[in-house]
Amino acid sequence: MSNVLELVNIRKSFGDELVLSNLSLTVPEHTATVLIGASGSGKSTLLRCINLLESIDDGQIFLDGQEISDPLINVDDVRRRLGMVFQSFNLFPHKTVLENITLSPIKVHGKSKDEANAHAMHLLKRFDLADKADQYPDRLSGGQQQRVAIIRSLAVSPRLLLLDEVTSALDPVLVNEVLTAVRDLKSDGMTMVLATHEMGFATQVADEVCFLESGNIVERGTAEQVLHNPQNPKTQEFLKRVHQAGRL
Amino acid sequence: MSEKQSSAWSPSSREIQRRKSRRAISRKQIGIAAASSILVLGTLLVILVTSPGWETVKATFFDIDYGKEVFPTVVKGLWINLQLTFIGGAAIGVIALGLALMRTTKSPALTPFRFLATAYVDIFRGAPLILIILLVGFGVPALGLRGVSSNVIFLGTVAVVLTYSAYVAEVIRSGILSIHPSQRAAARSLGLTSGQTMRFVVLPQAIRRVVPPLLNDFVSLLKDTGLVSILGVTDAVRAAQINASRTFNYTPYVVAAILFLLITIPLTRYTDRVIRQRTSAQNSEGAI
Repeated sequence: MSNVLELVNIRKSFGDELVLSNLSLTVPEHTATVLIGASGSGKSTLLRCINLLESIDDGQIFLDGQEISDPLINVDDVRRRLGMVFQSFNLFPHKTVLENITLSPIKVHGKSKDEANAHAMHLLKRFDLADKADQYPDRLSGGQQQRVAIIRSLAVSPRLLLLDEVTSALDPVLVNEVLTAVRDLKSDGMTMVLATHEMGFATQVADEVCFLESGNIVERGTAEQVLHNPQNPKTQEFLKRVHQAGRL
Repeated sequence: MSEKQSSAWSPSSREIQRRKSRRAISRKQIGIAAASSILVLGTLLVILVTSPGWETVKATFFDIDYGKEVFPTVVKGLWINLQLTFIGGAAIGVIALGLALMRTTKSPALTPFRFLATAYVDIFRGAPLILIILLVGFGVPALGLRGVSSNVIFLGTVAVVLTYSAYVAEVIRSGILSIHPSQRAAARSLGLTSGQTMRFVVLPQAIRRVVPPLLNDFVSLLKDTGLVSILGVTDAVRAAQINASRTFNYTPYVVAAILFLLITIPLTRYTDRVIRQRTSAQNSEGAI
């Protein structure tokens, strides 16, 4: 099994604030890596660094063995191989659901309009959204919008999907429909890195759980190990607080 | 299920009573508004017609027969203003968009253009339009450049276009800057280049957002085309001026003003409507 993503000693700071320090991570093909940790622990920044939306201060990032942290690399070419889903959906409000999904396949990947539409409709049917194809995003519920955002990132068949707290802006009922969609992707063998606060969901999909604290992974292992039998006192403290908040 | 309920619903007696009260309130409000309007406008009218100089003013500004006589020449002049507005407007749109894009670009190859665009906007937004018209209208022919027309209509249009492009560029740029960075992040993470992101994601949203202020600028443009009359272009203002100075009767100015208003007032109302629609569409609390 080859490694899709490899992070080596990543360091990132915003001004004086050190957000990621000496962080290493390996994501093998067809696996899901779940990042947990308090807000501000660096989960989102890590995902944005992988997607080259932020540049790192030190370390290396490899995608399929190729170093993408090299400043000479074509960032558009790298992003073509990655999918990213955001906490706030970030759908394009002036485009219909179908246009949102087909923009990148047509303009970036050079697909014909018919081909892109057919593939988009196939994905929409699969996620039970075919009747929304011609609607504008603001007519959709939050859960529907987030599923469209997931389809949009899938439409270009990415090597790796990055999901940044994709359920944090949703109510508990809508959370479920989005998580079901992500579970489906997992069973399809999509390689994923997810940041989430949903511990139950993390248990279900994670091949590896990483607990981030002050920009570093202080504990990692299977969901069973990290979430149910944590060794590090910081992990224990975090999970205790999550438990008290009724999120486990 | 909810549809079934709504078709079977008929208002309760309490609701019927409430509606009756609401109608009574609104009848009363309409009555108050009408009485107040008649009182205020009536008083103004009485003050106007009983003022000592009213007869002279009526004869020199509101001479209906003379107004009818000069009407065709003023309308012919207005046609020039309208042509100038539409031709100039198209040129302004293109140039302003180019300036706005230059000012927002981060491409290193375009750095000199960014500086030039900024300087351009600073100069033409900062100088009075009337000075630009005089400088272009009298300065360019003095240069004696071969191939450059010294037609005053052409030069007047150029001057207006130069100034308005700077204004409109700033409006478009503010629209571009108002698009949330998360939209850019989403587009870039889908692999779109920065140019594609601008063209397919940022610009379409930005333009929609600045349609109301652009319509405002369009109304101003129509009025400001009247300023090219100082170059001797026989537009509506100049046509009125010629007639007024021939007879010392100022009715032609009033005719020109009314003609401008006939175009600008509907345009302004339309702009207001567009703005209102935009705000209520973006506001979930639209009722307040």
